[in-house]
Amino acid sequence: MTPDEMAGMTTSGGEAFLFWVLAPLMVLAALGLLFVRRAVHAALCVVFVMVSLAIMYIASSAPFLGVVQVVVYTGAVMMLFLFVLMLVGVDASDSLTETIRGQRWIGLLLGLGLAIVLIGVVSQATFRAGAPPTEDQVANPVGLARILFGDYVLAMETVGVLLVTAAMGALMLTHRRRLEPKRTQRYVAEQRVKALAEGGTLTPLPAPGVYAQSNAMDTPALGPDGRPLEHSVSRVLRIRGQEKAAPATLVETSPVATSSSVEQTAIEPAGEVSPVWGTGRDGGEDS
Amino acid sequence: MDITNYVVLACILFAIGATTVLLRRNAIVVFMGVELMLNATNLAFVTFARIHGDLTGQVLAFFVMVVAAAEVVVGLAIIVTIFRTRRSASVDDVNLLHG
Repeated sequence: MTPDEMAGMTTSGGEAFLFWVLAPLMVLAALGLLFVRRAVHAALCVVFVMVSLAIMYIASSAPFLGVVQVVVYTGAVMMLFLFVLMLVGVDASDSLTETIRGQRWIGLLLGLGLAIVLIGVVSQATFRAGAPPTEDQVANPVGLARILFGDYVLAMETVGVLLVTAAMGALMLTHRRRLEPKRTQRYVAEQRVKALAEGGTLTPLPAPGVYAQSNAMDTPALGPDGRPLEHSVSRVLRIRGQEKAAPATLVETSPVATSSSVEQTAIEPAGEVSPVWGTGRDGGEDS
Repeated sequence: MDITNYVVLACILFAIGATTVLLRRNAIVVFMGVELMLNATNLAFVTFARIHGDLTGQVLAFFVMVVAAAEVVVGLAIIVTIFRTRRSASVDDVNLLHG
């Protein structure tokens, strides 16, 4: 595009083609925001409008703004929208009940009126073409930076303060107060030592039973003295009554052990328990 | 093509965004309508900067973008807070001050 064309009121043919392709699609997508039921689809429509706007900025000699449009709007703002949609619930669609009677028609009428007034004003106005831009301004980001950090440096600083304030505000708004004190490592250790007097344990709980024949979450482990350790089974299983007795597995698999009662099996030293297991396995293989 | 077509397009987009704010009930979609209006003004800014051969319009569009980003952060935080307490993102349900 030549500088004459840029300063003038007409565009090149290629840009006109781009405009007439993009503009109807953009208006359609914007109408989608108005009529589409689900919020995610509306967000996608807005993303399309924003990307098309970025293309238009680049076509009308504002490449810096085009890039910023893609990065800030489609990259950050709309993704933030999608995040919040996920947080709030994707299925949250509009209710169609009218709380104010005739709101839909009044709203449509006002929107149409606004469009007619704006377009009427723009089509009535005559625009005076300004001076053709200097070479400095055509190299867009440099010229932009000169104005930004020259004439508008105070506004730039203020905008920085605004961004920090906005971040702080978002943190404050989404902050939730902790209702109970935090369980630190020191707190847990002190509680365990305190519970020792009432029969608690200092160490972590033992893992559930691991036997030669079975390796199950619902069977208690045997202690070094041969007694089943009830608290080695998960508390949830115990409450739901899905816990198996350790001797039951012994009885199931060894016909020899049927004679010995639960207590005997449990009280027998570990050295004597293992022969019982051995015979049980042998018996299982013989039968 | 006349360059003012860009301004006409900006007007149409602005009107659609305003209508969205008036008609939709979901607070997030209403917010997207506000974003659409801001984008439409940006298009108008860029086009006027081009017509007048002056880059100040583009600088203003840049400021609009930055302020819009800050506004979105705070607005969405407010929507999330309301959703946490009311379990709803509909603008009709926020009527605590209703007599």
